[in-house]
Amino acid sequence: MPKHLIRLHGLGEIGSRRRFLANVTFGFSGLIGALIGIPLVGYIFGPLIKQAPNTWETLGKVDDFQVGDTKLVSFTDSSSVPWAGQASQTSVWVRRKAPDQFDVFAVNCTHLGCPVNWIQSARLFECPCHGGIYYASGDVAAGPPPRALYRHQVRIQNGEVQALTFPIPTSG
Amino acid sequence: MATTPVRLPHLPKHIWLKVGGWFEDRSHIYEGLLPIVQHPVPKTGKVGWWYVFGSATLTAFLIQVITGVALAMSFVPAPANAYDSLQYITHQAPFGWLLRGMHYFGASAMVVLITIHVLRIFLMGSYKFPREFNWLTGAFLLVLTASIAFTGQLLRWDQDGYWSVVVMAEQAGKTPVIGGLIAQLVVAGSTVGGPTLTRFFGIHVFLLPALIAGFILIHLWLVVFDGISEPPEPGVQVDPKTYKERYHAMLERDGVPFFPDAAWRDALFALCVVVAIMLLATIVGAPELGKPADPTIIQANPRPDWYFLWYFAVLSEIPPALEDWVILSVPVLIGILVIAVPFISNRGERHPARRPLAVFLVGGLLVSLVVLTLQGAAANWSPDISAASTARLPASVTSQATGQAAQGVQLFSEKGCITCHTVAGVGGKKGPDLTNVAGRLTREQLITRILNGGNNMPAFGGNITDQELQQLVAFLETLK
Repeated sequence: MPKHLIRLHGLGEIGSRRRFLANVTFGFSGLIGALIGIPLVGYIFGPLIKQAPNTWETLGKVDDFQVGDTKLVSFTDSSSVPWAGQASQTSVWVRRKAPDQFDVFAVNCTHLGCPVNWIQSARLFECPCHGGIYYASGDVAAGPPPRALYRHQVRIQNGEVQALTFPIPTSG
Repeated sequence: MATTPVRLPHLPKHIWLKVGGWFEDRSHIYEGLLPIVQHPVPKTGKVGWWYVFGSATLTAFLIQVITGVALAMSFVPAPANAYDSLQYITHQAPFGWLLRGMHYFGASAMVVLITIHVLRIFLMGSYKFPREFNWLTGAFLLVLTASIAFTGQLLRWDQDGYWSVVVMAEQAGKTPVIGGLIAQLVVAGSTVGGPTLTRFFGIHVFLLPALIAGFILIHLWLVVFDGISEPPEPGVQVDPKTYKERYHAMLERDGVPFFPDAAWRDALFALCVVVAIMLLATIVGAPELGKPADPTIIQANPRPDWYFLWYFAVLSEIPPALEDWVILSVPVLIGILVIAVPFISNRGERHPARRPLAVFLVGGLLVSLVVLTLQGAAANWSPDISAASTARLPASVTSQATGQAAQGVQLFSEKGCITCHTVAGVGGKKGPDLTNVAGRLTREQLITRILNGGNNMPAFGGNITDQELQQLVAFLETLK
């Protein structure tokens, strides 16, 4: 061990008292760090400790959607912070497949999350980032996406179409 | 270090000298700093110009700190106000446009300069014994610089920033089992929202600058202790057993004090960097913000800042089967490789002329970065979504299309063909150019392609009537 390290740790001195004091100093310092660190680490992981619950959000009346059509619907996340502004909104693609059947897709491309656009005349979803393309059914038509568009659970209550929210969808 | 005798500058015996003497006696500034700024460095000659990129990176970082402090005085890190406060800074606050411009080009400068610095160190073998630890602290600084550049992008709170974070979270989300949790940790909640912006603000403005400053301190500390590497000479080997002795003998023989013999070059180049940044900020200015980050506006065309375009290109060009593997393991492998560099070879030749592999690696890296960046800027893999409603084929094409084919021209836009295919220079570039398609494909082949798709083209069989198909093919047949 180099001389200055020995001196730092009090090893150069006779007797164990100084060595003990050196260890105590290191120990106290470590404890200070740990104590201050607890709330910081807790805060950083806070979003995982206190996760927002998935909620049923209303997308509109059943009659707002025509059979065969796909359209963009936005709703306000009930769990968002008051200063979220427009970021409190979530958009989904709603397709009325049959009179009593709805598909609700997350707008996020399953490749890397960019927002897919519905091209009505072509009846395709196209992603602006890396060229993912999907059919109206949400199935992959072309490009890099590994799977079909993410689907929300759907229910119809009191003539309203409702979808169950989920956290940022990932293919992992 | 402290044993070096203090050399006070020769000043006339003057009242200021007395004041200065008192000040020095009480503060020990000269006593402490002179040995550091005057630590002996090897005589570099003209090669010394290669040694200026580290201090230039530091200069760019200082510009970022100073302009960043000013910007933080007006920026509101809440989604409801962030975009507007940035517009206020850009268009109304006195000097706001200049500060934002300097912060934007300062970021670019920092990324460019640290890259040149790393490549210089690698090419000249300066990371070899005894400077391995300086390479490591430098590698951390590179990662931190990329991180601070990335987190800054979100703060603009326009569509590019917003969706870049989503893409980042999705990549992290590909981790097996805990991917979803990691993605939520990245965006600090279940979706990109208020907590995402405030968290990125805290990281960008407090955490990362503090870490960077800390690592810079260690980095410079080591430079003072172990000295800068001498200019490499072919045939001169680094041997850990003899290097330090040889290096110190060389310093004894013809070393010069860093200040001012070498520092003037750093100062001149740093001045050039500052002037360049201010000129760019004044003449070009920071780019206008895109549309505000708004999940209800789906017509986005998200692109990362230019220094990340190469990775944007990588993400779209890796084969889908390998993608998850590449996204998750390649950054880790690169990290391990970079950390391993000084341990793989910390001895031997330093001169690039004797290290063809190093030169080849750097050359390959630079060519790849340029090619990928250009591809990322063009993004030919993306459909041109707006073309479906806005693009018009030129008259030279449409005038030849009569009867059924004239209807086909309409369908070519309506059915979205034009979003991926170019005809006579108009349209997307995702698919093949169809300007002369009739010369390549027969009528039957055209019909098969349209109905069944394939080769990365959607099948239109379920979305086109017989009549529409006839019209579309009639048009395509005019393209000879």
